[in-house]
Amino acid sequence: MALLQIKDLTLRFGGLCAVNALSLEIEEGSIRSLIGPNGAGKTCVFNCLTGFYKPSDGEMLFQGESLVNKKPHIITYMGMARTFQNLRLFKSMSVLENVMSGMHCRTNAAFFTTAFRTKGQREEEKHIREVAEECLDFVGILNKKHFIASNLPYGDQRKVEWARALATQPKLLLLDEPAAGLNKDEKSRLIDLMHKIRDKREVTIFLIEHDMGLVMKISEKIFVIDYGVKIAEGTAQEVRDNPKVVEAYLGKEEEEETA
Amino acid sequence: MAETKNKHKIKNPFEGIIEKLFMIFENKIYLYGFFAALVVFLVIFPNTSSRFTQEIMTNLFFYVVVCLGLNIIVGYAGLLHLGYAAFFAVGAYTTGILSSRMGMDFWLTIPFSIVAAVIAGLAIGFPTLRLRGDYLAIVTLGFGEITRLTIRNLDVTGGAIGLIGIQRPEFFGITLNQISHFYYMFFILAILAIIVSYRLENSRMGRAWEYIREDEDAAAAMGINVTTSRLYAFIIGSAFGAVAGSFFAAKMTAISPDSFMFIHSVMFLMAVVLGGMGKIPGVVLGSVLVVLIPEVARGIGPYRLLIFGFLLLIIMLYRPQGIWPEKPTISTDE
Ligand SMILES: Nc1ncnc2c1ncn2[C@@H]1O[C@H](COP(=O)(O)OP(=O)(O)OP(=O)(O)O)[C@@H](O)[C@H]1O
Ligand SMILES: [Mg+2]
Repeated sequence: MALLQIKDLTLRFGGLCAVNALSLEIEEGSIRSLIGPNGAGKTCVFNCLTGFYKPSDGEMLFQGESLVNKKPHIITYMGMARTFQNLRLFKSMSVLENVMSGMHCRTNAAFFTTAFRTKGQREEEKHIREVAEECLDFVGILNKKHFIASNLPYGDQRKVEWARALATQPKLLLLDEPAAGLNKDEKSRLIDLMHKIRDKREVTIFLIEHDMGLVMKISEKIFVIDYGVKIAEGTAQEVRDNPKVVEAYLGKEEEEETA
Repeated sequence: MAETKNKHKIKNPFEGIIEKLFMIFENKIYLYGFFAALVVFLVIFPNTSSRFTQEIMTNLFFYVVVCLGLNIIVGYAGLLHLGYAAFFAVGAYTTGILSSRMGMDFWLTIPFSIVAAVIAGLAIGFPTLRLRGDYLAIVTLGFGEITRLTIRNLDVTGGAIGLIGIQRPEFFGITLNQISHFYYMFFILAILAIIVSYRLENSRMGRAWEYIREDEDAAAAMGINVTTSRLYAFIIGSAFGAVAGSFFAAKMTAISPDSFMFIHSVMFLMAVVLGGMGKIPGVVLGSVLVVLIPEVARGIGPYRLLIFGFLLLIIMLYRPQGIWPEKPTISTDE
């Protein structure tokens, strides 16, 4: 059975159909991409999956369990983590504190253990810190753990968001345009990092990306949507040769490739 | 970045002093030395001062406890609470009724007062906290007035006259009835409140409140239950207030609805906001100001509220984060 199954997912905002009867499956251990022109409804799909938007219709199954009507924090607890298209860090907190947030749903110290600072609570705090540091080390910015998040350069802020998502110990990682705003160098390191996450941490990756070059390099299978409707799916080659896709992008694809 | 620089543009008279203090206290020996000296001073204080000044200091410690409780709700969870005096009243009246009418020992009444506050906190917080934060301000404002009017009109609470004959607590065989006794009692309570606040702030829960304040959606995406975390803060803060209320009742031995008016909620809130929401030293500083300014300005009598109003207006306009400065941060200095 696939890790994630989406069946006839539909999301309407009044008259606008942002996602229209979308069906797709993500197999465990794979890297899959969702592409499409601006406003195609890609982010809306992620928002439905993670419980931020309530789908108008359809079913979403994660490890066989329905995600419909579940709150975002429950979905994270079930093992799905996400990053945001526009960075959503806890800006005035330290990098380490940012990443420690991911461990919240895997720990449980409450008022009394905290007020009396029991042995269990202190050990849990230490554990949270260790996991956060390990995640920072994994993405390669452990040396910046005491910096305030908003003071980091953009590329590093992205890495904080990744580390934070990894700290929730996900099975499936949803990345919304992870390469946006990165330079060529950073992009190639990003590809390595994604492979490392998949291979070493056994996390399945589902990403939205505009950079076609990157998408073609990283994912074995690509889904293309336009106006909320799935218009193609297949390998990079198949998608590239699909006339519908070419039409949807209106030559935009070549433009981005040369850039 | 331009934004962060702007933040430090507006200096206030305290800031220079406090920044110097930060630099001196970077050295931990000075910091611990200072605290040790302060504690020693406060411990021997009653032996060297009049009953009147002891009374003021006791009131100050009491404010520190109450305001640190309110700070959990307002500062940590970022919820505006306009009826905190009601939770304080819940604790005071629980102890008052159990002690004066049923003769229960003071220390035994405290768990009851906490339970009463938790129930009241759940009743108010559970339905409102699922809505947006702003609604809580209105509901707590209403709750504050309803509570005051209720205790004014019930028989068991003694109506407008209130309760008398609340028993003095005993502590290792000593009946606490001197002002110096209460001075020490509230001093210990204040220290406990500071320790608990500090521990909460630097814990999983404290961080969750901060994440929610910074970015609610991102916090939810990280697996934090926003509603439950807020409810926790609301209930813990309410329980703090109720415990302070219990001790207040024991100290006064008589309580009446006049001690729990809207103006008291406002004073507590003012101490938290003036000093700096969410910052323990800020809340202590705010309490010092709110308790001591009226004493210093006793001569001008009824106008002292005007001074507060003016002070608050200036702070809100020029320094909404309160008098106490933000914690110094490391930046990359690009
Ligand atoms: N909360 C909302 N209310 C109303 N309409 C919305 C809302 N969120 C998204 N939309 C609309 O849904 C459509 C799809 O938006 P979405 O953000 O999913 O696009 P996208 O594919 O992620 O685009 P981009 O590549 O620019 O990020 C757009 O027309 C957008 O205006
Ligand atoms: Mg998008």
